[in-house]
Amino acid sequence: MTRLAERPRPSRVALFVTCLGDVFYPEVGEATVRLLHRLGIAVDFPRGQTCCGQPAFNAGFRQPAKDVARRNLTLFANAEYIIVPSGSCAAMWRVFYPELFADDPVLGEQAEALAARTYELAEFLVHVVGVERLGAVFHGKVTYHASCHLLRELGVAEEPRRLISQVEGTELVPMDLAEQCCGFGGTFAVKYPEISDAMLQKKIASLKRAGADTLVSCDAGCLMHIAGRLRRQGETIHIMHLAELLNASSATDVQTSKP
Amino acid sequence: MSTHIAGHTAPRGGAEHLGTEGFQEHARQALQDAPLQQALQLLVTNFVPRRVAAMAALGNAEELRTEARAIKERTMARLDEYLEHFATQAQRVGVQVHWAHDAAEARQIITGIAQHIGAHVIVKGKSMATEEIHLNPHLEQHGYEVVETDLGEYIIQLAGETPSHIIAPAIHKTRQQIATLLHEQLGTPYTEVIPEMTQIARRALREQFLRADMGITGANFAIAETGAIVLVTNEGNGRLSSTMPRVHVAVMGMEKIIPRLADLAVMLKVLTNSATGQKISSYVTMLTGPRRAHDLDGPEELHVVIMDNGRSAILRSANREALYCLRCGACLNVCPIYQNIGGHAYGWVYPGPIGAVLTPMFTGLDTAQHLPRASTLCGACREACPVKINIPHLLLNLRQQLVERHDASWAERVLFTLWSWIMRHPRLYEAVIPLAALAQKPLVKQGWLSRLPAPFAGWTQSRDFKAVAARSFRQRWQETLQHERPVMYGTTPEKGLAHE
Repeated sequence: MTRLAERPRPSRVALFVTCLGDVFYPEVGEATVRLLHRLGIAVDFPRGQTCCGQPAFNAGFRQPAKDVARRNLTLFANAEYIIVPSGSCAAMWRVFYPELFADDPVLGEQAEALAARTYELAEFLVHVVGVERLGAVFHGKVTYHASCHLLRELGVAEEPRRLISQVEGTELVPMDLAEQCCGFGGTFAVKYPEISDAMLQKKIASLKRAGADTLVSCDAGCLMHIAGRLRRQGETIHIMHLAELLNASSATDVQTSKP
Repeated sequence: MSTHIAGHTAPRGGAEHLGTEGFQEHARQALQDAPLQQALQLLVTNFVPRRVAAMAALGNAEELRTEARAIKERTMARLDEYLEHFATQAQRVGVQVHWAHDAAEARQIITGIAQHIGAHVIVKGKSMATEEIHLNPHLEQHGYEVVETDLGEYIIQLAGETPSHIIAPAIHKTRQQIATLLHEQLGTPYTEVIPEMTQIARRALREQFLRADMGITGANFAIAETGAIVLVTNEGNGRLSSTMPRVHVAVMGMEKIIPRLADLAVMLKVLTNSATGQKISSYVTMLTGPRRAHDLDGPEELHVVIMDNGRSAILRSANREALYCLRCGACLNVCPIYQNIGGHAYGWVYPGPIGAVLTPMFTGLDTAQHLPRASTLCGACREACPVKINIPHLLLNLRQQLVERHDASWAERVLFTLWSWIMRHPRLYEAVIPLAALAQKPLVKQGWLSRLPAPFAGWTQSRDFKAVAARSFRQRWQETLQHERPVMYGTTPEKGLAHE
């Protein structure tokens, strides 16, 4: 995170809520907005946004991915900060947009510039805003699942844990396979369901060993995958996006996605 | 346990490799294979923690990996020059250097040498390069007796199988399976005690070393500066295979070159620590030419077969860095997919993440379509790689090539065309969400779906799928969120908030 120079606290950001967040987990985007508001940061939501292009990109369909991504270059051209509450989608913007447009001098430059202003939520809070304690209250035993793109494409490892450990009433417990893939992998989960599920079962076994009642992660994709299996098995472990946890308070009724 | 060898249901590779087209089916069988699953536990309990501990103990692992990668980058940028320099230096110390364009040519060269020297018995050190060219069956067809002398390789040779791991070829076998195999194949008393089992193999193999007139090994490195080849082994069989028989043949891919002897220090460190978590392997053998006039032992002839076999094409491609691979196996050990399905499911010589990159490039994308796709791109492989090969990005490149060559399913093409259309038209996107919410309604239970239609049915085999939210984020934004305002920072005394 050395690219972050000393800068004044941001006053305005643009939110890229991600298609998964928009359609399946609107409460994550909602929590993100309120969280940023509580920090005194105004949030824009460019209406024309849809997807980052990752599903097509990961499947090898670069042209459709490019077509979708190009819209975001324009749509967010004037945003000082782009906040993405997903490690995976943030990695698409940060790592793969510059690669996708590398052969185009104009778009390539735009993509680079955009990438430099794009942040996943946890890293934005810790490194740009410079806060770890957000006044959240949540009573529970929480463990953290490190989503792969956040951890290994963006190198964000400890930031979410630091944020979690500052939540009042929350005990952060370690999970032995915290940094092992849950087997989601986008279309992988559909194309190779048996392998995907074998990976997921190991994840869930590790989650149970951790003895937590709530699993927190920074990616709706992983959360949906893990929660989908927990629900099928009839487990009672709660699943929560980091934004939801950080926005939880004793006063508000926290919406958790119960499996 | 003892009945699991014969008539095993899981993919076992046989003497011939399985082929990659059946990947799905092989993987399914592997997941159901209890002894295999038991054997694969060793990766998690042993291989991974040993590497992690060893790399941490180095203190400068990160710098070493960066340096090792830089050496590889430099070498590959001028590979032709280094190869020529190596050949010149090797010939100067009496090595006979052979160039093989492809697998057939390499096999021909090696049988030619065997014929020329009148060999009967050939002992082999562990070599993935010879696996790659399917050398053993070829030699056997030509009437030579071939004996693998690495313990793991020996075990799978007795079983009539192929390696399932780059450095631990018999990792797919449980101890009990191996005990039965030795008992049945060698007629020795059944024992599950590991030192006793290794003694049995040792005794059998010592006789073979004495009988052999030719030894074939691979080469972990070839040093351009000195013309030496380097063998990195733990059992001493590499040293015996290369020095006891009259003639030694080393087979290597042309990417094994390193420029200078000094580079070896870096490469060795990252290799052994990554492969087995050892500071150094039990044996590091540097062979500079055959026996000289005053030497007491060593082979009369040393041949080095330098193999292209598709590497030039990789060198010219966007996936050049695949050639940096040292064959340490670390990416296999950490891969959550390899951990679940083992090596044979991949269907060819090189399994795991690096295999998913190399196999399509060596054998053709057509037949190996599954391999680049059967990955979540989690990146654990890249994190473990001693030369930081960006395997997930290479897999993405291969996926792109597959699509460009029209090797994508009809359904997928339609889906992504449709997807792209919707995603480029926000109005349409906004209209589709409530429609989807409506369409799913009869199937939704407490916000989840327990069955999805094809082509998404795979998900709901074992997992529920989240239903489309009744009110999307953008709807919530429209209705409430856009009217909410941030607290004025510094004016609202919010409890515990925002202190640096």
